[in-house]
Amino acid sequence: MARRVTVTQKLGFTALAWGVGMLLFFPILWTVLTSFKTEAEAVASPPSFLFFDWTLENYTEVQHRSNYVRHFLNSVVISLGSTVIGLIIAVPAAWAMAFQPAKRTKDLLMWMLSTKMMPPVGVLVPIYLIFRDLELLDTRLGLTVVLTLIDLPIIVWMLYTYFKEIPGEILEAARMDGAGLWAEIVHVLTPMAVPGIASTLLLNVILAWNEAFWTLNLTAAKAAPLTAFIASYSSPEGLFYAKLSAASTMAIAPILILGWFSQKQLVRGLTFGAVK
Amino acid sequence: MSTQHSRAAARLLVAPSVVLLFLWMIVPLALTVWFSFERFNLLMPATREWIGLTNYRFFLTDPAFFAAILNTLLIVVGVLAITIVGGILLALLLDRPMFGQGIVRLLVIAPFFVMPTVSALVWKNMFMNPVNGLLAWLQKAVGMAPHDWLATTPLFAVIVIVAWQWLPFATLILLTALQSLDEEQREAAELDGAGAIARFRFIVLPHLSRAITVVILIQTIFLLSVFAEILVTTNGGPGTDSTNIAFLVYAQALLQFDVGGASAGGIVAVVLANIVAFFLMRMIGRTLEG
Repeated sequence: MARRVTVTQKLGFTALAWGVGMLLFFPILWTVLTSFKTEAEAVASPPSFLFFDWTLENYTEVQHRSNYVRHFLNSVVISLGSTVIGLIIAVPAAWAMAFQPAKRTKDLLMWMLSTKMMPPVGVLVPIYLIFRDLELLDTRLGLTVVLTLIDLPIIVWMLYTYFKEIPGEILEAARMDGAGLWAEIVHVLTPMAVPGIASTLLLNVILAWNEAFWTLNLTAAKAAPLTAFIASYSSPEGLFYAKLSAASTMAIAPILILGWFSQKQLVRGLTFGAVK
Repeated sequence: MSTQHSRAAARLLVAPSVVLLFLWMIVPLALTVWFSFERFNLLMPATREWIGLTNYRFFLTDPAFFAAILNTLLIVVGVLAITIVGGILLALLLDRPMFGQGIVRLLVIAPFFVMPTVSALVWKNMFMNPVNGLLAWLQKAVGMAPHDWLATTPLFAVIVIVAWQWLPFATLILLTALQSLDEEQREAAELDGAGAIARFRFIVLPHLSRAITVVILIQTIFLLSVFAEILVTTNGGPGTDSTNIAFLVYAQALLQFDVGGASAGGIVAVVLANIVAFFLMRMIGRTLEG
């Protein structure tokens, strides 16, 4: 039963919450607005909020000067590639751990999670040297492999918490009916597991898209995804706020939209099921 | 009803994940340990030799190292303080009845999805720049001298940027936890004459304690390794004023090519993270039981 709240109170909460929400969102909004300004207007004082000559030239300029599309595609390939490969490896493992738990399954899960706690600088040097020797530096393949391994524990965990919720009796029934292991996976489990797999995919694409340690350290120009591409704007020449904003807007827009769809899964995924 | 056969199959299915993670964890880490006992500079590969604990001695007596440890801890504590307190307040606010709650949630959560390099550059240039930044303009508008964030208070600037990215995470998790609070319990307390503060102190806060712990531990893991935000804003400077351990190790390895020294620093970072991880694992382990 909801507590009774007067309309005045509700309006007060509304105003306050919208104010705080807009404040937190403002840097993003400001970036988007600035991306439609000319460079001169971008640094004008006092700043203009809405009444300026809207232009799309920054977007064409960014693409023209630095081949934005290639970096965008690098981001897509690397984040989607690492997630899909991660899922292919993790789905069988999570399935087995959820439905055929052995004595050590719990320890195994904890150990997997513990690999996630290793700070990346602890292995930066050897990975860098190995990549240099294998000529994997600045390649999409190399980065995809690293991100797959980084994501793997989270993917296993997320899938595990989803699979755990699939009632075991259904599997028992399928087995009674003589379904083999393979039939069990394909016909019984997969249809029930699809929502969990989809959420896992979504969350991990977001995490991989924004990953900014390995992408910065292992790529230069060729395979640089958007994180590294944007970082190249940190030592700019001349006026560049509007172009920086255009590049930034394009880099964050797709993932922001995906992210808004995934808020629920986010809590559960990032807390390893500890908060639902 | 697991047969011998299906148990073997299960082991087979788990194997690829385990083997890959084992290789990923053990091989590079072992190499890091090995390098940390060597004099090994990429520019002078001929001088490579075993030097025992010298790298550690060098690292542990380097003033930059202590600055980096302190900065690492300040970033963790500073961001945690802002995000936990801010997150609780925001979660309490968002839990109230209002118009357009869903949209406000979207606004609040948005910064979490902005990639670190973008948020760092946007804050650095469009907000914290002492000439053209919006914050400078605001200060000038009220007659103050503009504050040069990255030159005079670089670490604080980094903390603000990172806190902006993590506040949504804390808020979202605390809000999720808050919404599972039994409404009747709050009402009963209200009927018993408990004031708003007493209700928060004795009912809401205990209920949130678990979520707060989770937020602290998970954020700490990420905050110990803040990197991109420092790289694109201050580059660790001025001096070592905003250098944390992650950045120090990066600079040692990829800018000074001192593999041995960087490896020793990396191992120190691993030890530090392990202390935190120990508590996190126990915490999550307990949730597995339930």
